[in-house]
Amino acid sequence: MKLSIRFISMCITCITVLALTVSGCSSPAPGDLNLLQVGNGAEVQELDPHVVSGVSEHRVLSSLFEGLTDSDAATLAPVPAAADRWEVSEDGLHYSFHIRETAQWSNGAPLAAEDFVYAWQRILSPRLGSEYAYMLYCLKNARAYNEGKLKDFNQVGVRAADAQTLLVELENPTPYFLSMQNHFAWYPVHRPAIEKHGAIDERGTAWTRAGNLICNGPFLLADWRPNEILSVRANPRYWDAASVRLAGIDYHPIDNLQTEDRAFRSRLLHITNTIPLHRVAWYREHRPEILNLLPYYGSYFYRLNVTRPPFDNPLVRKAFSLAINREEIVNNVLKGGELPATSFVPPGDPNYPSIDAVQFDVDRARALLAEAGYPEGRGLPPVEILYNSSEAHRTIAETVQRMWQEHLHVDARLLNQDWKTYLSSMNTLDYTVARSSWIGDVADAVNFLECFQTDVGNNRTGWSSPEYDALLARASAEPDREKRAALLRQAEILLLDECPIIPVYFYSWKFLKAVELKGFQPNILGYIRWKDLYLDSGGGK
Amino acid sequence: MGLFILKRFAEFVPTLFVIVTVTFFLVRLAPGGPFDSEKRVSPEVLAQIEAHYNMDRPLLRQYADYLGGLLRLDFGPSFRKPSRTVREWLFMRLPISIELGLYGLAFALALGLGAGIIASLRHNSLLDHGTMGLAMLGICVPAFVLGPLLVLVFGLWTDWLPVMGWTTPAHKILPSITLGAAYAAYIARMTRGGMLETLSQDFIRTARAKGLRESRVVLRHGLRSGIQPVVAFLGPAAAGLLTGSFVVETIFHIPGLGREFVESAFNRDYTMISGAVLVYAVLVMGLNLVSDLALAWLDPRIRAR
Repeated sequence: MKLSIRFISMCITCITVLALTVSGCSSPAPGDLNLLQVGNGAEVQELDPHVVSGVSEHRVLSSLFEGLTDSDAATLAPVPAAADRWEVSEDGLHYSFHIRETAQWSNGAPLAAEDFVYAWQRILSPRLGSEYAYMLYCLKNARAYNEGKLKDFNQVGVRAADAQTLLVELENPTPYFLSMQNHFAWYPVHRPAIEKHGAIDERGTAWTRAGNLICNGPFLLADWRPNEILSVRANPRYWDAASVRLAGIDYHPIDNLQTEDRAFRSRLLHITNTIPLHRVAWYREHRPEILNLLPYYGSYFYRLNVTRPPFDNPLVRKAFSLAINREEIVNNVLKGGELPATSFVPPGDPNYPSIDAVQFDVDRARALLAEAGYPEGRGLPPVEILYNSSEAHRTIAETVQRMWQEHLHVDARLLNQDWKTYLSSMNTLDYTVARSSWIGDVADAVNFLECFQTDVGNNRTGWSSPEYDALLARASAEPDREKRAALLRQAEILLLDECPIIPVYFYSWKFLKAVELKGFQPNILGYIRWKDLYLDSGGGK
Repeated sequence: MGLFILKRFAEFVPTLFVIVTVTFFLVRLAPGGPFDSEKRVSPEVLAQIEAHYNMDRPLLRQYADYLGGLLRLDFGPSFRKPSRTVREWLFMRLPISIELGLYGLAFALALGLGAGIIASLRHNSLLDHGTMGLAMLGICVPAFVLGPLLVLVFGLWTDWLPVMGWTTPAHKILPSITLGAAYAAYIARMTRGGMLETLSQDFIRTARAKGLRESRVVLRHGLRSGIQPVVAFLGPAAAGLLTGSFVVETIFHIPGLGREFVESAFNRDYTMISGAVLVYAVLVMGLNLVSDLALAWLDPRIRAR
């Protein structure tokens, strides 16, 4: 017995000594080596700019690749990048880009206009099945080529006049064409790197692996250990390498909010992807210097299935919208810098002032409901609010449920589904009310409004209006910015009047940022210009 | 013994076949598909993507192709993470989960056996009640409570150990403890029960009467018989530790197979789900076999059967 107790005490001592010894072997503090540590949300699924579709992929790809233009991080105005200058025709349909002579790939090969032609042909190739190919539909004949109706790529509106000059022809004047160029769908790719590992239109080849990936951005891929870390390091061949102050960036794919929060608190991260909802108040009170709550170009709304009663009646739809107190949701439930929705398109498009067409008015809601044949909610069938699994979605749905029960005397119920089941329910219109959101890819109102055109995949409400479709078609052909904005405004007013959706709030971009991280500029697209960032160790944390 | 092992291996094949078949069809019955996303893709693009993964073929043909691939150990490409094949993903993730599981098991055994033996030797003492009380607490506190609690104390307050990752030995301490704690508690209770029963038997009394040292009585004679319930429990426990590491992998951001498995189920990544299920099935069956063999080694009566 004595031996066993002695043996166990020895074991405990060994374990303690081992623990204390190895605790000294932990990773270096993030400030070391001038490496930026970034919490990047969900794991990056791919690094092929023509195959990916997510925000976490965009964050990484924008450090590795560079389009014709970049966006000023503060104003989002287009600034020279791979192209150092460009000319635009008066009708806004023809662009001539001049590729920077000093621009080169990470293997030293010069960046040429032909690289963009090749990249755009690749993303539009029908067989590649790119989810973001539609972003290039503003190019002449791009849609026909992508849908397989046109076989000859030479008829698509892009060609290289010479090694440094890229000529682009658009289908319609597209005011946001230059701003779009920093989206990954438009990035150039290195032809020999792609074709060494497969055909132009082959997805899932090994060209994106560390050691194979050739890029033209401020950083290059050093290491990618999936679900663990993705490391990029400064690209010495980048044309503006002298102004890149970081030695590199480590992206940590942490999709669990609490884990990311703990990682930041233990100084393993300089910037997080987001913040757990319940921590916002604590940070606001105790660490306001690291808390960032910024306006974001995203809209949170409820879809109504207009093919089912009672929402086949626009009066009922409107009544349900009027019965939601958005101020209460934003101030008492979310408390994270969100804004109550006054429209569907969030503020942020410099050419499109936000409208104020969504209100909270219980008396009017009740009157509309009575007019629709449901006085005091009598005769209304039960209404089920569908949301995907998430604490925030559930809390909002419970609040809306209470408001509808209280103000309209509706039997509102909740239905929670996992992400893919929820998407399937929306796609097949197998729901009554569903929570939804839309985040803008570019700061242009049309990016939101085009979702609700007839037969567009993102419509998911069954709503259709020839008048709405016509307004958007006229807007896309309109070269004058003010007239275009007026047409878009008419379309949005029509949408909110018909009410196939109920806007709830405008998103905020919530994250924690260490005080030593400098050079950061907030913007509504959540775009981070990595090459501007640097670590100032004198700041402390 | 050779025949026993052979017979168990022969049972593996039809069991695996049933598991592969049921998984293949079941995941495809779940609503939603691997390529559904918030920003909906056009039917033309969807058709191209599905054609790339041969999902445009009849289901039975896909099933036959999949079985053919399995014979060559080819699990197919991952639908959601196309840059690598499922086999590559599994080979990357599985060793990490196995390592985590083994550390968890080692911790559970070291703590569980130690606590169980001490409690049984000091039967009905304060030490016994205290140890068993703690063991009950260990069983009741789930990993998603214990993990963050350990992180708070040893990571954030004292800064002794890292709060996430799986690189240095220091990174592996808190996850292993979190994963192994509940099992340590079970093992402690089982060891105590087994030891109490064994120590009251005649052969122990005989051993003591012969004048053997108490340590030899306990460790040589008592323990060998007393830990049999623990050994029987080890197979399912090891399988549970390996397959149940999802929560711990999420809390500590460990790139193991548990996370991959759950994520692939949520993402409807059909090939990845099937591959992970198959690997888990092989692991569970293999570990149960090892546990049976260990029992046979410990108990001559089982060997004789």
